[in-house]
Amino acid sequence: MKFQKRTVGLIIYFFLLLLPIYWMLNMSFRTNADILSVFSFYPHEPTFDNYLKIFTDKSWYSGYLNTIYYVSMNVVISLMTALPAAYAFSRYSFLGDKHLFFWLLTNRMAPPAVFLLPFFQLYSTFNLIDTHFAVALSHCLFNVPLAVWILEGFMSGVPREIDEMAYIDGYSFPRFFLTIFMPLIRTGIGVTAFFCFMFSWVELLLARTLTTTVAKPIAATMTRTVSASGLDWGLLAAAGILTIVPGALVIWFVRNHLAKGFALGRV
Amino acid sequence: MKKWDDNKAWFMVIPVFLVVAVSAILPLMTVVNYSIQDIFGPDNRIFVGIEWYREVLTDSRLHDALNRQLLFSSLVLLIEIPLGILIALMMPKKGWGASLSLVLVALPLLIPWNVIGTIWIIFTRPDIGLFGAAINGLGIAFDHTGAPLDAWITVMLMEVWHWTPLVALLAYAGLQAIPEAYFQAARIDGASTWATFRYIQLPKMRGVLTIAVLLRFMDSFLIYAEPFVLTGGGPGNSTTFLSIYLVKLAVGQFDLGPAAAFSIIYFLIVLLFCWLFYQVLLKVGTGDKS
Repeated sequence: MKFQKRTVGLIIYFFLLLLPIYWMLNMSFRTNADILSVFSFYPHEPTFDNYLKIFTDKSWYSGYLNTIYYVSMNVVISLMTALPAAYAFSRYSFLGDKHLFFWLLTNRMAPPAVFLLPFFQLYSTFNLIDTHFAVALSHCLFNVPLAVWILEGFMSGVPREIDEMAYIDGYSFPRFFLTIFMPLIRTGIGVTAFFCFMFSWVELLLARTLTTTVAKPIAATMTRTVSASGLDWGLLAAAGILTIVPGALVIWFVRNHLAKGFALGRV
Repeated sequence: MKKWDDNKAWFMVIPVFLVVAVSAILPLMTVVNYSIQDIFGPDNRIFVGIEWYREVLTDSRLHDALNRQLLFSSLVLLIEIPLGILIALMMPKKGWGASLSLVLVALPLLIPWNVIGTIWIIFTRPDIGLFGAAINGLGIAFDHTGAPLDAWITVMLMEVWHWTPLVALLAYAGLQAIPEAYFQAARIDGASTWATFRYIQLPKMRGVLTIAVLLRFMDSFLIYAEPFVLTGGGPGNSTTFLSIYLVKLAVGQFDLGPAAAFSIIYFLIVLLFCWLFYQVLLKVGTGDKS
């Protein structure tokens, strides 16, 4: 009996959770005229026009490519820099380690709005405005600290004796790190990559400010449509649905470690 | 775990230090620079000292935004924490049901923030939205673009919909870490569901719940994209939170000086909370081991 009550509660929650998303999905299969004239719970005459437009119009699909490009770049930069640092934090105590860790943490908490203007000035000086690299680098502000944090949690779960044994057996540090240690924490690396992907994917403010045309993210293309008069709701909904797809795909691979990752590896 | 004492570990931290320094220290220095000068052009600037800080600190619109922000963040915590725990308790512990619930729960977290706003515009508009139409159909006038209270309700609904999953996932991770023996002991003692929750599950979730409270507080304090897309800070200024006000000031009106001073104050407030966060985390960390 108790089990049933639980399940019913959960099903109600998931229903409410999916309802807004379903509504957008519903819109995405309808033309704008249809949306504005008929109120309907499902598409009467499903049409793929909205999706077709996004896949054929360069101003739309290049937005997706740009986003995927800078997000991947950011994930690579974050992981490459965070791996050795996380190892240092989990294995060594060194001068100022706690302060440094705290300082990194503050950057995860920093309001992106604060950095908006200086980023723009800084990247203008180096002629980086409207490049994918600029967005990837600016997202490092919150992703690198996060990556260090999650990885440190996972690395601290590996007993130090493993390191000691490897060094006694004559492994050099790079060889030990690449062939023994990284395979041991591959779950952690996967989870970290997922989180860097996610936070870079959902961020809009910095990505929008630092780009104009060449590296414009899909999210910014969508806001442009919002601000214009005469909204095409169907098109907007289709674009929105397509931004959910990549996240929904990668989430499947980390589903079993998801909870631990959100707890920053510290459960 | 005891750690090796070695300052050479700094070499491993240097890459992170450099990357974050470029994207944090340099910009912050620029902000400080702006906050004490009045800038008319590249070669035309006047040192004004704490003038901008005085202006910002006495700005009544900023006070309003701060109060609004504090109210918003408190409401977020009051609603999302209990709700998140409840959902975590309802989720199956293993099997395909567990995987499916995890994926479903995490779904809102993976949607770009401005798309969240878009979803809720579409969902709550009185003419084309399911929610808006349903409420109006019940005879209650509801319009989030016109009435401040309705705008608040919509933003809160969106926020709860968007971020309760994070609390649920954290609480779920905490629940999963409790050894089965605890529940067996409780069953043998004939403990009620409530007693099991109150004396076993809740204390064991203390660590993750601390993280949940603090993360939710921080992130709701910095909220920008979702309400910006949904309400644009309106109607009037009723949903203008701190970040929205800051961007209005900096980009909309191009008041660099006050915006920079505001940024510094904003950052210091966040830093204060961050420090508290870190202290609590350290305490929780040592508490678990003893």
